[in-house]
Amino acid sequence: MTDSALRELADDPSSRKRFFKMLGGAGAVSAATAFLAACGDDEDKAAGKPPAAAEVMDNNNSDLKVLNYALTLEFLEADFYKRVIASGMVKDAKVASIAKKFGQTEQEHVEALTATIKKLGGTPVKAPKTNFQPTLDKGLMEVLNTAATVENLGAAAYLGQAGNIKSKEVLAAALSIHSVEARHAAALNTLVGRGFGDGKGGLEGSLPDGAFAKPMSEAAVLKAVKPFLA
Amino acid sequence: MASSRLVAPELATIKVHGLTREAFLMRSTLAAGAAYGALSATGLISSALAETSGGDVDILNYALTLEFLETEFYTQAAKRVKGLAKDESDLTKELRDNEAAHVDALTATIKDLGGKPVAKPTFAFGGAFGSRMAYLKTANVLEDTGVSAYNGAAPMIKSTDVLAAAGGIVQIEARHAALIRLVRNRPPAPRAFDAASDMDEILKAVKPFIKA
Repeated sequence: MTDSALRELADDPSSRKRFFKMLGGAGAVSAATAFLAACGDDEDKAAGKPPAAAEVMDNNNSDLKVLNYALTLEFLEADFYKRVIASGMVKDAKVASIAKKFGQTEQEHVEALTATIKKLGGTPVKAPKTNFQPTLDKGLMEVLNTAATVENLGAAAYLGQAGNIKSKEVLAAALSIHSVEARHAAALNTLVGRGFGDGKGGLEGSLPDGAFAKPMSEAAVLKAVKPFLA
Repeated sequence: MASSRLVAPELATIKVHGLTREAFLMRSTLAAGAAYGALSATGLISSALAETSGGDVDILNYALTLEFLETEFYTQAAKRVKGLAKDESDLTKELRDNEAAHVDALTATIKDLGGKPVAKPTFAFGGAFGSRMAYLKTANVLEDTGVSAYNGAAPMIKSTDVLAAAGGIVQIEARHAALIRLVRNRPPAPRAFDAASDMDEILKAVKPFIKA
């Protein structure tokens, strides 16, 4: 990687700002939820709009569920990159700079999702206990292959949740993360020499599903990451 | 999507009115943008959209216009750019075929929804194919623009089926952007959160490529 390319890796403060701008409405929704809930059933009936409070509450709760699921995956990714870098096994400068940058990015996703969950009045899940040691023990190629697979998994996981998200602000925020996971996946798959993929799906290849990315259900994703959880 | 067509039978029965006019407005404002500059185009398109119903078909036609642009870009690049390495040439053809598949899928989806797909505009890419570097740089801009266009428009989509389809496409645009960036020795994912652009910003970005 050239020097100028490395300079481009420098932090982009505007992207964090943009993320929270997208979520501008989320705090308002949360406040409205609390207010509506406080009003109680009698108030709602008197105002002639009974479903409002319950509906806003349900939507908020279901978005919190999606956000906590995403947070779990981001914790897992961030932890993996941290352990890979700490191991000192990555000697190639280009690969090292990508691992560092991707790791920082996953950590930013963790922080943004945590802040969003709190903003919506929810409780962020704790970081899961991970078990990447067997992967690390197998050496650099296994580590990079695992990173490529996990990023493909992350992209498919976000895509699988798009239709479940109720708030437009939360959806916009999730989309801004989804495409970054996709970039990571494509880049890592290329770095480990996987090629485009057969276009028939799976978690290998820079374009494993061909022209249309396939989503994965929460159950399928959690099953796939199980080997990495302690 | 499992197939190249969006499966949303319940939506196919919905009648969408005014689309011929809508398609015409989209096309003519894009052309006006090319002739008179971005400001006139953005003004025209905002008022054009304000006068019509909006909705998923409009967003799909907006996406279709961008996919036409990308398909034409890679089709010409595959023929005209000299000095590409084998893997760069393979990538160009892969991207061309992906974008063409997006055009087909969006066209089919718009028809399934009872809408009228916009006609393919005439494009002009200037010196973009004059050298390997010029081509890759333009491809980088187009793919990053595609990502931010979908990310900006997707939250406005009403149907969850259409949203899933758009999500399946934007993920591919993001992968394309990363692959082109790697070829250019640029960071594949420069930001932790990808941008979301509105239609005005996107039209300004693609205006130089649209002749009529």
